[in-house]
Amino acid sequence: MIKTTLARLQQKHRTTRYPDGPPPSLPDRYRGRPVIAAGACPEGCRQCADECPTGAITLEGSVGLDLGKCLFCARCEAVCPAQAIRFGRDHQLAASRREDLVLGPEGARLAVELSDRLRRLLGRSLKLRVVSAGGCNACEADTNVLSTVGWDLGRFGIQFVASPRHADGLLITGPVTAAMRPALRKTWEAVPEPKIVIAVGACAISGGPFLGHAEQHDGAASTVPVDLHIPGCPPHPLTILDGLLRLLGRIPEPEAGG
Amino acid sequence: MSAHLGNGESIALGDLPVLSVAALRDEVIGGVARGRRLAAYFGAGRRGDALRVVAVVAGDDDGELLACAADVSGSYDALTPDCPQAHWFERELAEQWGVEPRGHPWLKPIRRIPDAFFRVDGEEVHEVAVGPVHAGVIEPGHFRFQCHGEEVLHLEIALGYQHRGVERALVGGPDRRTLAYMETLAGDTTIGHALAHALVREALGGGGAPPRALAIAGIALELERLANHIGDLGALAGDVGFLPTAAYCGRIRGDVLNATAQLCGNRFGRGLVRPYGLDHDVDDALREDLQRRLAAARQDFAVADRLLWDSPSVMARFEGTGLLSLDVCDEIGLVGPAARACGAERDVRQNHPHGIYRFVHIPICTWPTGDVFGRAHVRSIEVQRSFAFIQELLDSLPGGPVALERPAPPAADRLAVALVEGWRGEICHVALTGADGRFARYKVVDPSFHNWFGLALAMRGQQISDFPLCNKSFNLSYCGHDL
Ligand code: SF4
Repeated sequence: MIKTTLARLQQKHRTTRYPDGPPPSLPDRYRGRPVIAAGACPEGCRQCADECPTGAITLEGSVGLDLGKCLFCARCEAVCPAQAIRFGRDHQLAASRREDLVLGPEGARLAVELSDRLRRLLGRSLKLRVVSAGGCNACEADTNVLSTVGWDLGRFGIQFVASPRHADGLLITGPVTAAMRPALRKTWEAVPEPKIVIAVGACAISGGPFLGHAEQHDGAASTVPVDLHIPGCPPHPLTILDGLLRLLGRIPEPEAGG
Repeated sequence: MSAHLGNGESIALGDLPVLSVAALRDEVIGGVARGRRLAAYFGAGRRGDALRVVAVVAGDDDGELLACAADVSGSYDALTPDCPQAHWFERELAEQWGVEPRGHPWLKPIRRIPDAFFRVDGEEVHEVAVGPVHAGVIEPGHFRFQCHGEEVLHLEIALGYQHRGVERALVGGPDRRTLAYMETLAGDTTIGHALAHALVREALGGGGAPPRALAIAGIALELERLANHIGDLGALAGDVGFLPTAAYCGRIRGDVLNATAQLCGNRFGRGLVRPYGLDHDVDDALREDLQRRLAAARQDFAVADRLLWDSPSVMARFEGTGLLSLDVCDEIGLVGPAARACGAERDVRQNHPHGIYRFVHIPICTWPTGDVFGRAHVRSIEVQRSFAFIQELLDSLPGGPVALERPAPPAADRLAVALVEGWRGEICHVALTGADGRFARYKVVDPSFHNWFGLALAMRGQQISDFPLCNKSFNLSYCGHDL
């Protein structure tokens, strides 16, 4: 007992005060939301698109970078001769609509709050069932981290629950493998209405590194309707938290993107 | 009769002995009987009607890797009855290539959900089915228990829910997606698999990463071990309801992941290890930052760890739970902390050292009990050793660049083998190139491939309520197995 108490004192209080206080510091080399410079591309250059592992970059007039496919490997930044793509430090990446994830020079359109009705229902108590459907387990790991003392997701009324029948929605990771598709569908059907679906990570949004493979379905939207997309490979816990809070309208002053 | 090579070396395909099936059986069965291990055994491609199978046998005493091949068509005499280490490999072989290892005692697919499960009949026997969607935030898999009351008579583990076709997609590489595949074979083992791939590429192309890169890669690999072992110790504490250590270790694990992120911007180490070097260097400021972070994490861990081992109620739950004997461990070819916790001196860093481990040694840590206690204890000691190892390396980083200017492409018609001691155990990558220098076959053996069956055996005769604890004490990868 005494040992336990002394250990408790030694370990101190470590829960982040975010969003009331500043967010936990991000690594110095963190790759957050890319910033795309308008009109910087040399004529005919397509080095970034050719280098990109997932085909996230389109070059029609200007660079379009699909955050839903992006692995944040920064190969494009490294090969670009004109610094048209630079990885910034902004951790806010979540979007409500799939098409809003395609980033151009005009910047990002971040996720919007749930409808008033849903927010009244879920805003102070959101129970999520996590379904891992392929992928590499990193998204699950950094989702799990939100339940540790450092983040203490419970203080927002958000909790991961064991049964879909206790849940208000699903949080899905992975590209949805052939073998997981029926299980995902059944789990979704078992969640009572109204329900929401959150896709976390490049796999769940687009298939990620496995995009196009016959063994999977290129993301959660192939199987269930998605209300929130949180990009990354995997997204930083802060990015996941930002997405969840944004959905619930609990980010104090929504910053304009860009 | 086999070709001899060292870890991270390659041979010309012309020098790979193609034996008769009988001779290949003798090589593998005889080698394993003399204390070697089957590190990989797989189909490398078809030649007409025949399938070329390749076996890699690892000698942990002499650091040698023995490779041989044979052409099989239709069916052949299975290795498994004489060499149980082959059992999972042969099931995979049958599933992937449609050949039949004759006499295999349990020839079911390993990545396809079986039509029927093993059943124990009896009036009071009941069956418990769990998964693929589990109660926690974890990967999918299906567990089928045959129980008598609380006692588990048999556990059958059905995997494959994470199968996303990576090995198939690696053929024809290396290409722009290859590294992304390596870093997502098992997300919690990003560094381990990326390093094994780098070794394979360097073995195929000749030359290697500069000394500074080797040292920093070693730091990254040990950080990966730290994060996962600390997380596991916390989770084991959580599974027996000892919340202080669970809470502290959960956070300390995060501190270690953040240290990895300081290296490369990503908590799982993505974007760091490349063939022929690293994408990021460590300058003086970063070195001091890492030293400061790790000193704090080490101190916090020491307190959380002490607390765990000082709690009799925790020890009562750990001791004697999920037992495996050294005999069973050797027979089925367990790797990693699960093997070392049975007393096996099995650690790639010592037995087949590569890179920095050739110059800076990290002692093997074993424990003879083979139970949850042993698996936790080995992790706890390894955490301390990894902290010390990283500190030593940070204090004496070699100078020079961290990457070669011009990485060499893989040479044509070669076979390369690389072993890396990931935090779960031995990672084995074997690549065969074609005449065009592209991967004709790229075989990945995650440590989980060897160890899932160990979990099933450890559950025999246990209370079903101890499954979460036993499972966590192995903490195997579904995605690394399913690929
Ligand atoms: S950072 Fe994203 S867009 Fe750029 S190359 Fe990598 S995956 Fe493609």
